[in-house]
Amino acid sequence: MAEKYLKAPLTDQDVSELTIGDQVYISGIIYTARDAAHKRLVELLDKGEELPLELEGQILFYVGPSPAKPGAVIGSAGPTTSYRMDAYTPALLDKGLKGMIGKGSRSQEVKESIVKNKAVYFAAVGGAAALTAQRIKKAEVIAYPDLGPEAIHKLEVENLPVIVVNDSFGRDLYQEGMKKYQS
Amino acid sequence: MKEITYEQVVETVSELCMSANYYLGEDVIQSLKEGIAKEKSETGVKVLEQLVENAAIASANQVPMCQDTGVAVVFLEVGQEVHITGGDLYQAVNEGVAKGYVEGYLRKSMVNDPLIRKNTNDNTPAVIHTKIVPGDNLTITVAPKGGGSENMSAIKMLPPSAGRQGVIDFVLETVKNAGPNPCPPIVVGVGIGGNFEKAALLAKEALLRPVGSVNPNEELAELEKELLESINKLGIGPQGFGGVVTALDVHVNTFPCHIASLPVAVNINCHAARHKTKTI
Repeated sequence: MAEKYLKAPLTDQDVSELTIGDQVYISGIIYTARDAAHKRLVELLDKGEELPLELEGQILFYVGPSPAKPGAVIGSAGPTTSYRMDAYTPALLDKGLKGMIGKGSRSQEVKESIVKNKAVYFAAVGGAAALTAQRIKKAEVIAYPDLGPEAIHKLEVENLPVIVVNDSFGRDLYQEGMKKYQS
Repeated sequence: MKEITYEQVVETVSELCMSANYYLGEDVIQSLKEGIAKEKSETGVKVLEQLVENAAIASANQVPMCQDTGVAVVFLEVGQEVHITGGDLYQAVNEGVAKGYVEGYLRKSMVNDPLIRKNTNDNTPAVIHTKIVPGDNLTITVAPKGGGSENMSAIKMLPPSAGRQGVIDFVLETVKNAGPNPCPPIVVGVGIGGNFEKAALLAKEALLRPVGSVNPNEELAELEKELLESINKLGIGPQGFGGVVTALDVHVNTFPCHIASLPVAVNINCHAARHKTKTI
């Protein structure tokens, strides 16, 4: 398995060099969004209104962090299960979203949209939330503060460890990995 | 008759909410370490190593091991010689949950209504299960349960003719459908028998048993072993990236049932198999 270091936001070139199983360390700016924020973003798109963030090249991290202790940047922050975002994802990919960090399988429609839009789906280790939080250097809420843990946060991350699950060539680590170790 | 005050319950529940979320049980940590030795996938080994490291960071910094600090599932074993003074027992439990989740910087994940979905902002109400038992103790267990693994759980009313094999097939089908979603390596609680709701509760209670524990009934111990081996042949592996450590353990709890029924419930827990108990 290859180790790669990437700077976010991503370019088409970055994405084209990733294949399933790659261990990637992401540094730079990413945004959080989970169920309720996705619903609001897609409602804005449907109405033709402006989004609270520019999606071009961005990575969305599906996470609802726990509250930060005094003096801490953020609370524990591991990925949530991604399929709940599937209904909204193709619309965001069409708007330029390049990467997603979550955990668990995506729908066929999302996988096809990932290929069509030259994007990538990463998994972070679910439950390794205290460790992940240490790689987040800055956090600020930029939209929907009323949603509490579901608000959109802008995060500055340093070497956030993720694994490529769905690459831009249509491969799926969950399917191939499971086949390899079935007995 | 022993008297236990409302405040004692509040304080105990509050402490248990925090400690359950900060300190992963030694049984689970040990099992994750054994998994590192067993796992054949390189990525799988890395995942397991990260989980052991994560547990150490959470405990050292007293922060939640997972951002999903769960529904607060609270089990009460109330001795019939116990008298709770100063207020309503369930209100005390909920006050303890609110205190623990707010003061412990735990995430508030409860919404007021399944359809209206407004956050209650203090993680109440708890889901409370009460048993009246002999004696003059109050034993409280707090088992925070994450949404990702709970969503992958399932229950089925099998016909008795399905038998042991029917149970095995249903457990394997449930784990396979769950795939990477419930954050494997998982702990699987299986409840067999009773009726519809009893089977679900048996499965939940099975998750409270220590990882590595074996059912005292020989036939059920054999079933647990067979289920664990079969699940680990599915290939799902740590986080679903492929591998041989899909489950850390399988616990089966049973209860007598109706001549017409064979209820089976499968409650899946992620690797953050959290629960802490205190007796007052």
